[in-house]
Amino acid sequence: MKKLLGIIGAALFASTSGAVSAVAQVVRKGEDGHFGFQPAATPIMEQLTSFHNLLLWIITVITVMVAILLVWVMIRYNRKSNPKPSKTSHNTLVEVVWTVVPILILVLIAIPSFKLLYLQDEIPEADLVVKATGHQWYWSYEYPDYDNMAFDALMLDEKYYTDMSSDAQGERQDAEMRLAEFLVRDEPPQTFRLLDTDTRIVVPVGKVVKMLVTASDVLHSWAIPSFGVKIDAVPGRLNETWFQADEIGTYYGQCSEICGIRHAYMPIVVEVVSEEDFKLWVEKARAEYAEAPGSTRLASAGRQVH
Amino acid sequence: MVTTAHTHDTHDHGHPTGLKRYLLSTNHKDIGILYLWFAGFAGLVGFLMSLAIRIELQEPGVQFLPFLTGGDLNAAYQLYNSLITGHGLIMIFFMVMPALIGGFGNFFIPIMIGAPDMAFPRMNNISFWLLPPSLMLLILSLFMEGPPGAAGVGGGWTLYPPLSGTTGHPGPAVDLAILSLHIAGISSILGAINFITTILNMRAPGMTIHKMPLFAWSVLVTAFLLLLALPVLAGALTMLLTDRNFGTAFFEPSGGGDPILYQHLFWYFGHPEVYILILPAFGIISHIVSTFCQKPVFGYLGMAYAMVAIGFIGFIVWAHHMFTVGLNVDTKAYFVAATMVIAVPTGVKIFSWIATMWGGSMEFRTPMLWAIGFIFLFTVGGVTGVVLANAGVDTALHDTYYVVAHFHYVLSLGAVFAIFAAFYYWIGKMSGRDYPEWAGKVHFWLTFVGVNLIFFPQHFLGLQGMPRRYVDYADGYSLWHEVSSYGTYITGLGLLWFFGVVAYTLLAGRKAVQNPWGEGATTLEWTLSSPPPFHQFNELPQIK
Repeated sequence: MKKLLGIIGAALFASTSGAVSAVAQVVRKGEDGHFGFQPAATPIMEQLTSFHNLLLWIITVITVMVAILLVWVMIRYNRKSNPKPSKTSHNTLVEVVWTVVPILILVLIAIPSFKLLYLQDEIPEADLVVKATGHQWYWSYEYPDYDNMAFDALMLDEKYYTDMSSDAQGERQDAEMRLAEFLVRDEPPQTFRLLDTDTRIVVPVGKVVKMLVTASDVLHSWAIPSFGVKIDAVPGRLNETWFQADEIGTYYGQCSEICGIRHAYMPIVVEVVSEEDFKLWVEKARAEYAEAPGSTRLASAGRQVH
Repeated sequence: MVTTAHTHDTHDHGHPTGLKRYLLSTNHKDIGILYLWFAGFAGLVGFLMSLAIRIELQEPGVQFLPFLTGGDLNAAYQLYNSLITGHGLIMIFFMVMPALIGGFGNFFIPIMIGAPDMAFPRMNNISFWLLPPSLMLLILSLFMEGPPGAAGVGGGWTLYPPLSGTTGHPGPAVDLAILSLHIAGISSILGAINFITTILNMRAPGMTIHKMPLFAWSVLVTAFLLLLALPVLAGALTMLLTDRNFGTAFFEPSGGGDPILYQHLFWYFGHPEVYILILPAFGIISHIVSTFCQKPVFGYLGMAYAMVAIGFIGFIVWAHHMFTVGLNVDTKAYFVAATMVIAVPTGVKIFSWIATMWGGSMEFRTPMLWAIGFIFLFTVGGVTGVVLANAGVDTALHDTYYVVAHFHYVLSLGAVFAIFAAFYYWIGKMSGRDYPEWAGKVHFWLTFVGVNLIFFPQHFLGLQGMPRRYVDYADGYSLWHEVSSYGTYITGLGLLWFFGVVAYTLLAGRKAVQNPWGEGATTLEWTLSSPPPFHQFNELPQIK
């Protein structure tokens, strides 16, 4: 309970400062005690957020109106204040009004709704294509533009964050160092329980990235909340979606379609870097992951899921 | 003369008593009571499952379920998935439907339309007695192997393949669940046939379809939805069954099938199903509001045809559950538009209830509290439905806690509130004993505070991106999960209190009069004794 109050205090305090950590680097994931969307990181998510804000206004007004009406009838028309009930049971005008007005409101909603829908669906010319394949219970990624280089992304072991023994913490440091090496970076990145993976999708900032998404066994869903992106991974189908990240940073998502025992343990991480850093990363990653076509798939099949 | 008197005699006193009366019953009131006890039992099981879920989710990390699995973590994760699956299926098929349609529908529809019984009394009996074996199969599935090395069906109530196929669940647990749903489906189809026949053919002289009470209207529409939707579910489940056992490949991509086909079939049933759950509630709430305001329902015809419209539109909106599967954009646009249309007849209902109260002489008895609670909370659940209807926004909210919050507002706080409202409204009529008024109000307030505490914060979790069906969550979601769990404990207290109220009422409640609610209660059940005679309306009532 004490913890609860503490978090509430912290949340109220921090509710205006979603992006304070930008000094170091943007990190987008669910934050405790927040009430709305994660801050938008793509133009699509900006549109989605502003449309949702419009909807939120509309539904709040409707709900408050219903609440006020209910309170009013409870005060004005209870047995004490109105002992003799009226016998009115029809009023055509009122009935027409409360049918037509909602229709008008819905038309008002539909216009921006369709605009957003078609905007999401029309994929601009892609600067980079990344293919994501969902497996029980990890994602694997391929870069067809770069010799089909491919790698898996497995969740970092939970014990790094719960087991404070020096063994576990040593392993955690090693894992973070390996991740730094993967990202071609000097400093190991900060990692989070249940959200981080041993590799990340690396993409250049401001570029249109087309995602091709499929699955090898059961349904999964590839989602990054701050990008406004969620697309199911279906075996036998190749779905596509896209994003264009505005800012350099780390963006977290999680599998969003129930896929079995370890559904909660196959997170998604997108690392958005500058164009120069992307070139550096590709150079190194290509050397490591683009050897013979098909070899990673063999490697991943034999890989231990921890 | 003597012979007539004699037949009359056997007719009145020849009915079975004791255990035989209930086990072999063909009487609609007895079968209704059986349904209600069954729903109460299943509701308790379903609630205990949700309690286990919320205890587990109170803090980040997996702490509680491993207790139940002897420390085996994988088994605990699968147990979590089995619990959410079981909670959903049990609450839908074995709690809400049996309570609203089988229970209150059976007991009150024949009385309200002035009929002596249902059209097919023996079929009514088999409709009920199919449910216990069905529930048993579902509970049995919890203990059979599902995925390799773990027990239970962990695919969610939607049972999407390939996870529910041999790829995800090679063990027999899913087969048991499929058979369970098949049997529950047969039960519901038989019940639906019975209701349609009864309502269309057995109304008392003078009761035209446009004079019929709204609860009868709601059950009539519901019965048509059941009749048209359930066979599609049965088809989908049978295809799944043959995919699993007999080498077909309807949903198997490697054999040329498509998992998305299952989703279309499932939701063609699944969307009408959610209206099946809520329409009878609409009918009940109309009666209660009218009774306690001492005013006829405002816009009766609009209310009746709004339900017909909701039922019809319910069949053409199914793919709004599938906005992220990769549908064509124009298809999505159609389903957005069709879905939003539902808001119109639903709005008509909300406004008509308020207009019924307007100018009324409202008395705040327990059933009325639940009804007012229903109207407000259903509005909250309804408007978040409008948000979700927009495919663009649904991209962010699909399969998050926002959806969980939305459908619990319309079902857990909608349908369930209506069940409690109906219980307090009719328990005196059904049992012949009155509930203690103050205790009913305590139950209402405990539940009202509890469920809002559970589900309102879940909107925030969903907006922040928390996916549903997660046994554990990132640390950034802990606050609202904790609040939500506290809400569950309060609701649990409310439920415990409710069982106390039931026990007290049945054992020691004051004797109920024929009509405790006064002149506002105008339907036919209030013209009978409490409880009604074993056979009512030996002479059919005349409706003017």
